Amino acid sequence: MLKLERALIRTHLVCSIIRMGVRTRSVRLLKAVNQDARHWQILALSGLFSISLTTSDFGARPMALFAAIVGAMFAQAAGTVWVNARKARRLADTGSHWRGSNLAAGFVGWFAGFQWKSALITSLSLSILLRANSLWFWLAAAFIAISAKFLIRYRGKHLFNPACIGIVVVSLLAGKAAWVSPGQWGQAPIFAAFAIGFAALVLSSAKRLDIALGFLVAFAAMLFGRALYLGDPMAIPIHQLQSGALLVFAFFMITDPRSTPDSRLARLLFAIAVAAVAAWLSWEYHIRGAMLFALAGLAVLTPLLDHLLPAKRFQWTPKKEPSNDSQTPRGSVRARPYVVRA
Amino acid sequence: MILRHLAGACALGLTSFALSAPSAAAFCGFYVAKADTDLFNDASKVVLVRDQDRTVVTMASDYRGDVNEFAMVVPVVDIPEREQINVANPALVDHLDEYTAPRLVEYYDENPCEAIRYELRSMAGAPQAVFAEEAAEMAPEDLGVTIEAEYEVGEYDILILSAEESDGLITWLNQNDYRIPYGAEEVVGAYLKRGMKFFVAKVNLERHDGSSMLRPIQVAYEDEDFMLPIRLGTVNAEGKQELFVFAITREGRVETTNYKTVKLPSNMDVPIFVKDEFGEFYKAMFEHQTDKQNGKAVFMEYAWDMSWCDPCAANPLSRSELRELGVMWLDEGPQGNVSPMPTPRPGIRPGPQPVDAFVTRLHVRYDGQTFPEDLNFQVTGDRENYQGRYVLRHPWRGDYGQCEAAGEYAESLVSRWDEEAKSLAKLTGWELEDIQGKMADGGFSASAIGVSEPAPKRKWWQRLWGN
Repeated sequence: MLKLERALIRTHLVCSIIRMGVRTRSVRLLKAVNQDARHWQILALSGLFSISLTTSDFGARPMALFAAIVGAMFAQAAGTVWVNARKARRLADTGSHWRGSNLAAGFVGWFAGFQWKSALITSLSLSILLRANSLWFWLAAAFIAISAKFLIRYRGKHLFNPACIGIVVVSLLAGKAAWVSPGQWGQAPIFAAFAIGFAALVLSSAKRLDIALGFLVAFAAMLFGRALYLGDPMAIPIHQLQSGALLVFAFFMITDPRSTPDSRLARLLFAIAVAAVAAWLSWEYHIRGAMLFALAGLAVLTPLLDHLLPAKRFQWTPKKEPSNDSQTPRGSVRARPYVVRA
Repeated sequence: MILRHLAGACALGLTSFALSAPSAAAFCGFYVAKADTDLFNDASKVVLVRDQDRTVVTMASDYRGDVNEFAMVVPVVDIPEREQINVANPALVDHLDEYTAPRLVEYYDENPCEAIRYELRSMAGAPQAVFAEEAAEMAPEDLGVTIEAEYEVGEYDILILSAEESDGLITWLNQNDYRIPYGAEEVVGAYLKRGMKFFVAKVNLERHDGSSMLRPIQVAYEDEDFMLPIRLGTVNAEGKQELFVFAITREGRVETTNYKTVKLPSNMDVPIFVKDEFGEFYKAMFEHQTDKQNGKAVFMEYAWDMSWCDPCAANPLSRSELRELGVMWLDEGPQGNVSPMPTPRPGIRPGPQPVDAFVTRLHVRYDGQTFPEDLNFQVTGDRENYQGRYVLRHPWRGDYGQCEAAGEYAESLVSRWDEEAKSLAKLTGWELEDIQGKMADGGFSASAIGVSEPAPKRKWWQRLWGN
């Protein structure tokens, strides 16, 4: 009897140790994910991708995602090498020893600061929102998106949200061969709940909930205002707000901290301007996917707003970056001491 | 055989069609019957031809009542000139309806003891739509109503009205026998505030030839907005409205941008008895699938290059028919998208000549709650062909004991019928037991072919060593 009791206690102990182990492991996993706001974004976007893939007859396609990833990673790799080479040259020019650059590490050095997470996010957003009749369009859109991130910059910040500019350029150039399908989400409330839940998580760590809500509130106000003016039933603006594309845009595009103004007030102004232009484009010109065009068109406002309302720049990873780093923040490479020679 | 199916189709009240007698052996898919839009009472059929900003809308009415009471009220973006309005031959829309209808295909199993060859038959079915709204004569202008234009087109008297206030317009319309349902003020007001005009038509009895059939009205216009106003139809709360939209473009499929577009489930094997009640099957399936989407989806029933079809529910439309429907680009410069005709093989029926036109058939069942907003469309570059197609497989009947293959075939039949019953239940929401009962009555059950009842499927290891 005593034996049995002891055995039971032992089992119990072992069980609790295992349980604790699981808990610490899951805590550790959670911490690892939470280290970078982009991890949450990748998870949430993967969830949206799966929903679109499984619930819509005209939804996202894995091959499109693959094409987008190929295009995005290629541009990202090329851009990274270009940035590193330029940095090395600058260090050499200023008298610093070449070993001070990342290139000291050889092949790995050339790709130091390779932002695969950002490229993956762009690929996911593209494949969720863009539809085309050839895989080349996703590849091209992703390539353009990431290239724009490296090439079109102002004071160390890229001007356009990559996915947004990729979609806008491709749909302008391709005519009817590439398009945005804003209506194919259906109004499944589960989708909204899912997106909002995940997005809230994302934004709480990327600190961009303000711009998402600012945009949604402004856009909703315009839809309701128009319904009131026209005498439409409120069912119409409510129906218009239940769009999956709107959620993806509000939570994963306009919130991109790297291409939106740094100060909160400026962000809110920016959000309202995008909402107003989007509403105007869709009412006056009946453009489908007007939000994307509005965001791309108004991107030039960001440097202006940053100039008028300056604030601290956002960094993806809460790490102290060298102040001369004007490029996309580095995530994966350990900081190496710079050897400076007079 | 073909003729018998055709006769059956006619007896069912489905639209019949001319069928050149092909040799059954060479033909791997032909049309036996179709599910008519006639199945749906008071459905509207609208053909939208769209290229850039140019649109031709053809509104077909299935109105069967007193022509004196017929009237049509449609919001339009601009004041059309007389040349922009036309009256079309109703057969055009019927032909398009038949061509795009969901279809039933038949295969006949061969004697399993011989080499298995399939023969295919097809049946198709399309519902037909109706457009019935109310209209009448004109009256005073103290109501703030301006008659912008007045035309006589075919049997119709057409007015283009603008107004300051919805109340005035509705009063005027009612005074002139356009029975506008109660509660339409808001909808009419919203269209007026957007600067839209009202296109109203009534039948002029002096010019009407007395036939009960009213011809479709066509309007050609230019506007960036590719939409179809449906909200007036939702005002009179007499249940759901049925609408078929046939969109013809150069580029490809048309989809709704503010409502989800869903493909009608297709390419399923269904029990043989469905042939005799294809109309019922189609109706039940559409209803069941609509419910599954909470009534909030637009169903795509057909999307195909107009140059051919396989199997064909009706011949592709000829160039002259397309031109009459408003396909304005046929004679304009180079034809970009004329896709190479698929290599001729049995079953594919090319049209009279390849055309640069892609047709999408959308089916909507709506009311004010599920579809609060007008339908907004966009043309996509998607040219993937899609059709509503359901397959009948006729079993081979004979002595299932004459060879080993025949025995195995008999067993496979039982599991096949089981699958067919399940997929029919899933498609239509019909009770599985009812379906199985009906199948058994027709001799499609294990006992009917003398196979030991449940014919439990042997595990793979049982088959492996045969013990």
